[in-house]
Order: sequence, then C-alpha cells, then structure tokens
Amino acid sequence: MIGSIASILVDGLAYAMFLFIVSVGLSVTMGLMGFVNLAHGAFAMAGGYVVLTAMRYFGVPFIAALALTFFVIGAVSVVFERTLYARLYKAGELDQVLLTIGLAFMAIAGATYFFGPIPQHITMPDWLAGHIDIGLRTVPTYRAFLILIGFALVIALWYGFERTTLGAKIRAAVDNRRMAQSVGINVDLLFTLTFAVGSGLAALGGGLSIHLLGLTPTFALVYLVLFLLVVSVGGLGSVKGTLVAALVLGIFDTTGKYLYAEAGGFFIYAIAMAVLLIKPAGLYGRE
Amino acid sequence: MKRFHLASLAALALVMSSTAQAQTVKIGVMLPYSGVNADLGTQIDKAFDLYVKLHAKDIAPYKVELVKRDEGPPSGANAKTVATELITRDKVNILAGVVFSPSAIALAPVLTQAKMPMAIANAGTAWIPTLSPYIVRFSFSMWHPAYPMGEYAAKNLGCKTAAMGYTDFPPGKDSTEAFKTGFEKNGGKVIESIPMGNPAQVPDMTPFFTRVKDAKPDCFYVFIPSGSHASAVVKYYGEVGLKQAGIKLIGPMDVAPDNKLPAMGDAAIGTIVMGHYSKDLDNPANKEFVKAWEAEYGKNFIPDFMSAQGWDTMAAIFDTIKKLKGDFSDGEKVVDTLKNYKGNGPRGQVSIDPATRDIVQDEHAMEVYKKADGSLGLKVLGTVKQVKDQCKELKVGRCGGN
Amino acid sequence: MAESNTVRDDKAAASSLSGRGVDFLLNRHRFKPAEALPWILAIAVYFFLPDRLTFGSQVLIMVLFALSLDLILGYAGIVTLGHAAFFGLGAYTVGLLVIRAGWNEPISSLFAAAAVAALAGFVSGWVLLRYRGFTLLMLTLATAVLLMELGNLRSDITGGYDGLPGMVIAPLFGVFEYDLYGKTNYLYTLAVLFVVFMIVRRIVYSPFGEALTGIRENVRRMHAIGAPVHRHLVVAYTIAAAIAGVAGALNAQTNAYVTLGVFEFERSAAVMVILILGGTGRLYGAFVGAVIYMVLEDDLAKWSPEFWQFGVGLLLVVTVLFARRGLLGLFEDIGRYISKKRAS
Repeated sequence: MIGSIASILVDGLAYAMFLFIVSVGLSVTMGLMGFVNLAHGAFAMAGGYVVLTAMRYFGVPFIAALALTFFVIGAVSVVFERTLYARLYKAGELDQVLLTIGLAFMAIAGATYFFGPIPQHITMPDWLAGHIDIGLRTVPTYRAFLILIGFALVIALWYGFERTTLGAKIRAAVDNRRMAQSVGINVDLLFTLTFAVGSGLAALGGGLSIHLLGLTPTFALVYLVLFLLVVSVGGLGSVKGTLVAALVLGIFDTTGKYLYAEAGGFFIYAIAMAVLLIKPAGLYGRE
Repeated sequence: MKRFHLASLAALALVMSSTAQAQTVKIGVMLPYSGVNADLGTQIDKAFDLYVKLHAKDIAPYKVELVKRDEGPPSGANAKTVATELITRDKVNILAGVVFSPSAIALAPVLTQAKMPMAIANAGTAWIPTLSPYIVRFSFSMWHPAYPMGEYAAKNLGCKTAAMGYTDFPPGKDSTEAFKTGFEKNGGKVIESIPMGNPAQVPDMTPFFTRVKDAKPDCFYVFIPSGSHASAVVKYYGEVGLKQAGIKLIGPMDVAPDNKLPAMGDAAIGTIVMGHYSKDLDNPANKEFVKAWEAEYGKNFIPDFMSAQGWDTMAAIFDTIKKLKGDFSDGEKVVDTLKNYKGNGPRGQVSIDPATRDIVQDEHAMEVYKKADGSLGLKVLGTVKQVKDQCKELKVGRCGGN
Repeated sequence: MAESNTVRDDKAAASSLSGRGVDFLLNRHRFKPAEALPWILAIAVYFFLPDRLTFGSQVLIMVLFALSLDLILGYAGIVTLGHAAFFGLGAYTVGLLVIRAGWNEPISSLFAAAAVAALAGFVSGWVLLRYRGFTLLMLTLATAVLLMELGNLRSDITGGYDGLPGMVIAPLFGVFEYDLYGKTNYLYTLAVLFVVFMIVRRIVYSPFGEALTGIRENVRRMHAIGAPVHRHLVVAYTIAAAIAGVAGALNAQTNAYVTLGVFEFERSAAVMVILILGGTGRLYGAFVGAVIYMVLEDDLAKWSPEFWQFGVGLLLVVTVLFARRGLLGLFEDIGRYISKKRAS
C-alpha cells in the first residue's frame, strides 16, 4: 500500500514537472507581456525537432542539444516577435488569437513537409535510460531527471525575476509601461528578451517531452489546451503559480487515473474548473 | 460532303472519348493526409501508389486513376461530404481507404444511396460491413486478432489471469471484449479492465500500469490505436516494472507495428502480439512486396500491417477490373466480384467471406525479438489459419445484425 | 402633415447636432440592398453548382454556428472557447430522439435541440458569466470537455466516439426525401439559416442589442447607469446557445450521424477563428468568414492533402496584419475608398 502511494506520488511529481516545464514559458509570455500566444506549442514542437536533428544528424549529445534548442528557438522567436508579434501588442486578444493560430497551422504544415507525419523518437544516453532505486521502488532515471530539471528551472526563473536588475526592469515594465519607459528602461528590448526566454523554455519543454510522448508536427496544437489549463490555474505570469498548478493538476490527475480510470480526463478539467470558479485569476494571479 | 465529314469526325470523337472513359476506372481514395493521424494514412497511401505503379501494365488496356481526398478528423465529421463529392463531382467508380471507423460509419448510407462499392483498407469496428451492402472490408475487424489472442494466451502462454488496458473509445472496447471472450472461453479469467483515457489525451500511462502491477495478473492485454501511442506502451511497460514483475505484455499488432519497432528499443523484446502481418512474414508474396517497397521508398520507411492491407485492397480492385473488363458501371456487380475475392498478398492467403463481406485471413502469434543485426523483428510462434470475424460468427451485439 | 413636419424637424435637429452619426443610428436597422447579396449568392449556388450542395450545407451550418457566436462574442464581448458544447447538445438531442425515442420528424427536433441547448446555456451562463477574459475562456473550454468526457463515460447512451449510426430522418414536411446530391438538405438548411438570421438581426438592432454593445464597450458604465449587466449577458448567452443547438441539430440531420466529436475543442476554436476572420460584431462577418475559410480549406485540401494547413495559416496571419477588422472590415474599407474616389 505504502509502496503504491509512494509510487503514485513519484509518477505524479514527474508528470507535474513535465507540465511545469512546457507551460512556464507560456505563463511568461502571456502573463508578463499580455499576449495570447497560441503558437507556444509550435515553438515547443520546433524545439523538439531541433533536438532531434542535432542528435540524429550531427551526433550532438542530449544535454547539449537541449541547451542548443533553447538558444536556437529563442533566437528564431525574436525574428517572429519583431516582425509579427510586436505589431499586435496593442491589438485586442482576438487578433492575437488569429495570428498565433495561423502561425501554429503553418508550423504544423512546415514540420510535416520536412519531417513527415510519423512520430519521431530519440535514443536516450545510457545514463538516462535505466532505473534508480529510491528505497521503496525504482524510478526510471529519465523521470528523476525531469524532476531535477524542473526544480532547477524554478530556482533559475525565481532568481532571474526576483533578484536581478533585469528581472526588476521586466516587472516594472509589466506594471507600468509608460513609467518604466520614462525612467529610461528600454521596454521594447525587454519584451523581446522576455519573449525569447519564453520561447526558449517552450523549446526546452518540447525537447524534453520527446522521450515521453514522441514527436509529431501536431504537437503544436494537441497539448495546447493542457498548457493553457496549467497557466490559467496557476495564474498568468506567476512562476510560482505555474509550479503549484502543475503539481496540483499532475498529482491529482495521476491519482485519479489510478483510482478511477473510467473517468479518464475528467479529473484534470474538473479540478481546473473548481479552482477557477473559486479563484478566477488562478492560484497566484493578480486580480 | 464536307458537312458529312465533320459529323462523322464528331461522332468518332464521341466514341473515342466514351471508350476512353470506360477504360479508366476512377478510384476515390479517402485517407487521413493531415492531422494527428496522417502517418496512418501514409502507410496505406504508399501501398496504393506502389501497387498501381507496379501493376498498371497487368490491366491494360484499362487504366486506373486515383482521386485522393483527406478523410478528415477521426470523428468522421467530413467523411460524408467527402464521399458524396467523390461520387457526385469526381464521378469515381469505387471508393477505397478510410482509416477511422467513424468515417466509415458516417459514409455508409451514401454508399447504399448511390449504389457505390467501397473497399475498406483499415476501419476495424466489427459491425461496419453490416451498415451497407456495398461495403467490402479488406483489413480486419477488431475481433480478428483479439479473439485468437485470448485463446492463445489461455492455451499456449499459460496465462490464468489477465488484466486489460485500452484506449477508451469503441475500437478499444471491441478489442478487449473480443479478448475477454476468447480468454474466458478457454478457462482464463480477466481480473482488471482499465480504460486508459480517450485517444486525444496525453499518453501518460504510468498510473494505469501501476494499477496493473498491483493486480499481479499473468498477462497484460493492451489495446491502443497504432499511432503515436504505440511505442509508449512498451516504454511504460518497462519503466513501471511490469516486465521485471514477470507480467507478460500481449496485444493485437497495433502494440508492435513494424514501423514503430525501431523506436521502441529493447524494452519491447518478449512482447507477444497477434496479428495478420509482419514485415518478416515468410511467404513469397511478402518477400516480393517488401523488396519492391524498399526499392521505392528506401529502407528507412518501413511498411506495416496497414501497408499490407492497402496492398491487398488495391490488388482486389485490380482483380475486379480484370474480371469485369473495366466495366464498373454496375455497383452491384463490382461488389459481387469483390466479395468473392481470393488472393495471395503480403499477409499470405486472404479471401472475403461473401456472407459477411469481411476478410478471412491467417492470424499469427508473434514475439518481438532481437535479430542478428541488432534491430528488432517479429518471430512467428504459432498461426491460426483462416480466421473469420468472430464477432459476426458469435453474433455479439450489433454484429448480430441489430 | 404636422407629424411629418416633426419628423423632419427631428431629423434636421439630429443632423445639426452631430451629423452623420445620428443619421447612421436612425437608419442602420433598415435593410440595405447589399444585404440581399449573400442570399442571392446562396440561391445561385443551388442552381449553378448542383454538385456542391452537400458541402454547401456544411458551409451554411458553419455560418449559422458562427452567427450564434457573433451574438455573444461580437456584440456582447463574451470570449468563449466552449461553444461546441451547445452545438454538440443540439446534435445529440436530434440523435437521441431518433435512436432512443424513435422521434424523427426534423423540424420539431430542431425546436427540441434549441430548447435543450438554451437550457444548458442558461444554467452555465448564469454561473460562468460572472467571469471574464482568460478565466471565462478556460471555464467554457473545460465545460465542453467535461461534457465530452461525460458522454464517453456513458457511451452506452451516446455511442461514444463511434457515435449513433443509422439515424433515419423523416422526410421534410413528410414529403421531401433526402437525395444523394443534398438538394433537400441545402434548401432546408438555407431556410433555417434565413429565419434565424432575421431573428438575430432583429435582436441586434433592438434596445437589448444596444445594451449588449454597451456592455462590450464599457461594462463599468453600464453598471453605473444601473443596467442589469449579468442578466443581459445570460439572456444573450442563452439565445446564442439555442442557435448553436440548432446548428448542431442541422449538422446531425444532414449527416444522419452524430459522434462525441461534436464537442471537440477544434470545433470551438474553428468557429472562433472563422468569426474573427470574417469580422466580429457585424452579422455578415459569419458569412464571409465561413465561406472563405471553408472553401479555401476544401480547395487547398484537394490540391495538397498533406500541406493545406499552411495556406489556411497564411490567410489568418495575413488577415491579422492587413485587415485588422476581419475580411468584412477590409471589404468595407475598399468600398469606402472607391466611393470616396468617385465622389472627388
């Protein structure tokens, strides 16, 4: 019994960390910049293909490929931000929806053209392929690795936003754009940077999820609802909120599936709905 | 004189054009070309193309023309419109394809209304052929692999108890019901039956597999659609530790299709599936098929059971063209010819049961093993000869004809 | 005589007050000749493209569905990603009536579907419309997904993802059979669309419609002047739900088939994209969006079954960049530009 509970907690935690890693970038772009970015999944998908290409055709090791995809997609996203997104910062959310859905469609067709529709997989390095023993049971090393990366990201993001001048500037720009500009903060540059970080995180999430989910072009839209769910429950723009939401949804979903599989995806949506009904801005969002 | 000349020329042109029309059989192909399951469509599409390319000369002077259309989403929402337009606008003579069962169900009334024959190349919900007398199925019913798997697990694999896990949609329920029927008729007992979420959900199967581990069955029967979920099953089986606990992983061929094997890794070794095709099947027609496939598409694009189904579907249509001398004007005649089809394809000997218009084929129990070159392959353990759809034989539910 | 004088005086006073704006307000509910255009085109399709009527019916149903969304998104500013819930309820009302209750008369089924969807709209609207923006978006989305999960849990009733096959719909008015070319279905759908459109048009130009627009533009002010904001929103939501239910019912009837797919997120997202593409808050945006989106998708899918999504995506991106108010807004701008040129 204790073994099963521990087992479910570990699995739930790993799933939660996966949710956190892929959603936190979206929380950053949607929350801090107020941009409804439905192309987030497309950046994640592209990030996955960068990892795949680097590993398969250039023999880049997995960790290096993850770092590479963070920077490559981050850089590519700047081009999109400057040419397309920047024009719509002041537009309504409906226009932003149309633009980003359009981009996601194009990304799917583009990825299908280059990689085909067949699900792609990568071979994990040996040190990630096995199991480690945590006493009560063995845990697949990759899941433990995901949990570690998740916590490392939490710390890095918290430090970046709360303890650096850059983070302070971003928060200032979000709170009061005009005031920030008038004290000499280059808001445009900040937004570009924030967007690049958000997209880079998406790419990282995409790369990390290949081993769990396989990679197909439709990754761009299939999991989008899930990302949005985590972001909304956590509260827009809150790294802490995204983390807590991912933990709550991930662990409840895993437990629900174990105890009462018949209800399928019922739990994750029911819980999300309950949270939003009570706290409309999410767990840690600003009202 | 001159006027006469013109008139006769016009008449000649008319005759020529009408014979040219009669000589070309238009085949309306409906497959998922875009969306989540586009890779399933590709497997069949490539088989169609390859067959036509290699055998076009066999049916001279008749020709075929493929009119390809996207079948639409798995919900079958576009299928009726697409089928109707293929019939009324493109004036096709026969329809072929369809991966998703809801598509086939949606378009069945159109076939009856238009007297349009259809050769189904996948869609496996058992009762589909009962929906229209113009449907002939060249793929399989969910019961084809699942029922013999139940028998085989109880008799040959020494399983006394089994757990079942399935994707929570009708094919999954069909497949597990068939397995359970076969298994319990032969003395086995199903102790757990776990729906593992609907096809659209994230395939994190860990909690379900953990539940199976706690139930400690001898065998674990899994059904998942042969898409991106396929390789996940084997991975979770290894990760959750079912393999180490000595629980055998068994299932229909969707759990270990040839084209997904390379991605599965060594965790897949020892998995036992029941199915009508593997790339490694030892028969002359299959050797020829795989050789031609690899010559055309390269070694990295691997044919699977869907490709074999596609190949046989097209072979049956070509056979019908020969028998009817290219005359597809009478839908009933076409169906009559199709439903008496017998042939040798990559799957070995296949035929259609004229009473049910469903396929009769061998089912092989196959084990995933590591070949000498390090790649994974499927080894035949035993064969159940010429299996009919047991759902219709046993008249289960809708298969009994409502 | 005196009366007409007052009218003229009023008009004169109005135009002297703020000129064209008031004139516009007084006259905008009148039918303009251009408004006949979509209907003439729809009838022309029947005569000149007889082999496209099955597809045509699907487009008309999408117009109706988008129209229902326009009422709440375009006029009341309610952003929802769960509109498929009502479409699905309407479709299932028809399906279950036929399969489980043996009731297959089409027109009474439409009313039943509208009633069921309206009830669901009323209840969910009453709870959910206290929320706005992103939260409302996610709440409506979750509602639709939960309905779908519920349907799958009771697949003994709904038929699950394989749906309810073998629905036989009684001939229209007991006379008109459904032919292979879809003629009956097309005219039936077109007639229903026309009737519903007239109702929606009337609502939009009524004081109630003005109140909705007021809520969209400035909800605080509407509260301040004592307008029952929540009640207005719930009423609009209920009406929109009923219309979406009718669209779903038509979809079930013309396809003679319904599956759980009717609740899919993709459908909610597609109708929103179509409406924004055509132009929100202007009734005919639904027509322009649905026709252009679906025809383009259909043509591209025939031309390139694998990569058609690229073209659709490109259309959306280009529209956002160059026609911010939707395609209809673009057409209006072009029209104004031409008439200005002609005037000068």
